[in-house]
Amino acid sequence: MNPMIDTALARLPDYLGQHVLLSVSAIAIGLIISLPLAIAVSRVTWLRGPALAAASVVQTIPGLALLALFYPLLLALSVFTRHVFGFGFRALGFLPALLALTLYSMLPILRNTVTALASIDPAILTAARGVGMTARQSLLLVELPLAAPIVMAGLRTASVWVIGTATLSTPVGQTSLGNYIFTGLQTENWIFVLFGCVAAALLALIIDRLLSLAEDGFALRSRGRLIAAVAGLALVIGASLAPLFASVEHPIVVGTKSFDEQYILGALIEDRLHKAGFATQRRDGLGSTVIFHALEAGDVDVYVDYSGTLWTTAMHRADMPGRKPVLDQLSAWLAKRGSRSLGSLGFENAYAIAMRRDRAKQLGIETLADLAAYAPRMKIGGDYEIFSRPEWAAVTKTYGLHFGTQRQYQANFMYSAVASGDVDAITAFSSDGRIAQYDLKLIADPKQALPPYDAVLLVSPRHAGDDRLIAALKPLIGALDLSTMQQANLMVDRADDKRTPEQAAAWLDARAKVGERVGQ
Amino acid sequence: MIALEGVSLAYGRVAAVRDVSLEVPRGGFFVLIGPSGCGKTTTLHLINRLLEPTEGRVLIDGTDARTQDPVALRRGMGFIFQAIGLFPHLSVAENIGITPRLLGRPEADIAARVDALLDLVRLPPSEFRDRLPAALSGGQRQRIGLARALAAKPAIMLMDEPFGALDPLTRDDLAAEYRAIHERLGLTTVLVTHDMTEALLLADTIAVMRDGQIVQTGSPQELLAAPADDFVRSLIETPKRRAAQLNKALAP
Repeated sequence: MNPMIDTALARLPDYLGQHVLLSVSAIAIGLIISLPLAIAVSRVTWLRGPALAAASVVQTIPGLALLALFYPLLLALSVFTRHVFGFGFRALGFLPALLALTLYSMLPILRNTVTALASIDPAILTAARGVGMTARQSLLLVELPLAAPIVMAGLRTASVWVIGTATLSTPVGQTSLGNYIFTGLQTENWIFVLFGCVAAALLALIIDRLLSLAEDGFALRSRGRLIAAVAGLALVIGASLAPLFASVEHPIVVGTKSFDEQYILGALIEDRLHKAGFATQRRDGLGSTVIFHALEAGDVDVYVDYSGTLWTTAMHRADMPGRKPVLDQLSAWLAKRGSRSLGSLGFENAYAIAMRRDRAKQLGIETLADLAAYAPRMKIGGDYEIFSRPEWAAVTKTYGLHFGTQRQYQANFMYSAVASGDVDAITAFSSDGRIAQYDLKLIADPKQALPPYDAVLLVSPRHAGDDRLIAALKPLIGALDLSTMQQANLMVDRADDKRTPEQAAAWLDARAKVGERVGQ
Repeated sequence: MIALEGVSLAYGRVAAVRDVSLEVPRGGFFVLIGPSGCGKTTTLHLINRLLEPTEGRVLIDGTDARTQDPVALRRGMGFIFQAIGLFPHLSVAENIGITPRLLGRPEADIAARVDALLDLVRLPPSEFRDRLPAALSGGQRQRIGLARALAAKPAIMLMDEPFGALDPLTRDDLAAEYRAIHERLGLTTVLVTHDMTEALLLADTIAVMRDGQIVQTGSPQELLAAPADDFVRSLIETPKRRAAQLNKALAP
């Protein structure tokens, strides 16, 4: 079979299990909150408007934004509780995803329950009192049974929404079927993207059919249908969750940012840890500042970052003392805060401005100073981050670079954009294999406005003193040179003979030099 | 047994019922009659505390209804609604058995009671027990409504247009059957209607209502002999007048 499908299938138990655990928890909590709320609201009429309006407002927030909002919120709350009560909690992963999805699930359940209760024939309610029911008996024996089919319809809507939206929880560090989609999008692995979409859609469809069966069961008073629906749901949920509980208790969490090199390095690190007898878990596609917070908070145990990124965004340094001092000061700074840098892997993945070689030659552009003269008539393409990062401010200020138009791309699409002439220049990553593939020229930065970006291997505070783990990873330090990394990246990025990050990692593993030590 | 003493119910400044006093002796068959919106349904709802009076008091067996638990009070009275109000999600048997079940009677007793009541309202239990209300005709629903009201063996029956939505044949039938049940079980009945023929045929005592007030109370004979005003006269003579019109229309 296709190795991409093999890889996808191998990850299915973990992704599906996490996806189901997250969705089902969110829907269950949503139901537990919405149902009593709807009942309260239908008793206290003036509350109806505000409650439904609040739920509707939540619905208008894009799913990804809602998920993203919970991370800083929980982070602040965690810092607060650590200060006041002496304990914090994980602000990344399951919790923010759960809270956002719970909010998301509430509107359909709330709206349907309120509508269903309000639309019960008043004659039936008078009859309920008339035959001697208390308010509670009227609710339990008459109103809720009559509302049940409509409430179930709301639950179905909520379930389909939540299962679909749960795929967006990948960037906040919660594993889900969205991992296929995000990873696939980054690595232009469309089989992965399709696999993720189909898996999520199938899951939503199956749950929807089972809930529909339960809805019929309520509407037609058919106990058989209800039992079949409950049994079906139990089976699907149970089977999905089983692999999660079968797994080891405390795996080492390997984090990655959202681009190919990170996925390859993640696979390489996992492989080395497996060989040393560690169980691992992946947190893929994390935002580049999110992942560092996650490391310090212990949500991620190992990942690869770049010295210049941490220098500017975490240490908030604007000066550029040079490659080696940056590495040294970074290591010291990290050690003071409890986590640990094992040192540089041996290559740099720097931000660099790249143009088509022929174009640069034609215009006589060698350095960024040369480029500045043409920039106002040029279009520059960048990834989602660069234009708001301090490095960009530094480089534009140093050279007086002012581009006519700025465009943002998914990092993968920048290279073909500049190659095809959609943009004149891009903010490339120096270790990307496509620089060679498309024959791009990196424009020189003689004033060193852009910091060095040595790939450094970081370990969380919890494992900073874990000698067995350090010993397993230490051989990677200084073992990868730039051209090796570029080749590995190209294997995953190229359109023809495309490899999975795992395959590239295996290739890299075989090529990793032993014994050479760069950096620390 | 049932007494209303100067009972009023006002919604803000609008009075739905004004200074109503009436007395229904044990075993009495009392009919409230009047045009739509005259306050007869409201008066009925005041008896079992579905509504609370703003003035005056309601006495059941000599005790103020306000001192009694409203839920217990209602469980002790049979109530038939204008809209019948069968619970659409419950079977015929579950509808009939609802009040005994709320009272915690044993299931076996309830099942026996349900069958006996279905026999009483002349619906074969084996055929009707498990049906849902949606699968019943209008007449069958009213019979089930009657059976449900009788289920907990109430001493008092409150009936709001119980035969209203029926075809004339079923209506006369069921009315006559109910009168017989009333006698046999020794019930005290308060019935609301706007049909004077029904009132004259069933009632021991008739109270004529208009604009939230009782205009006149008396036996059918008393009302016919001495109507209090033109309104009562015109109302009480409706059946006679219609009979005359019929004779005239059908005369060869």
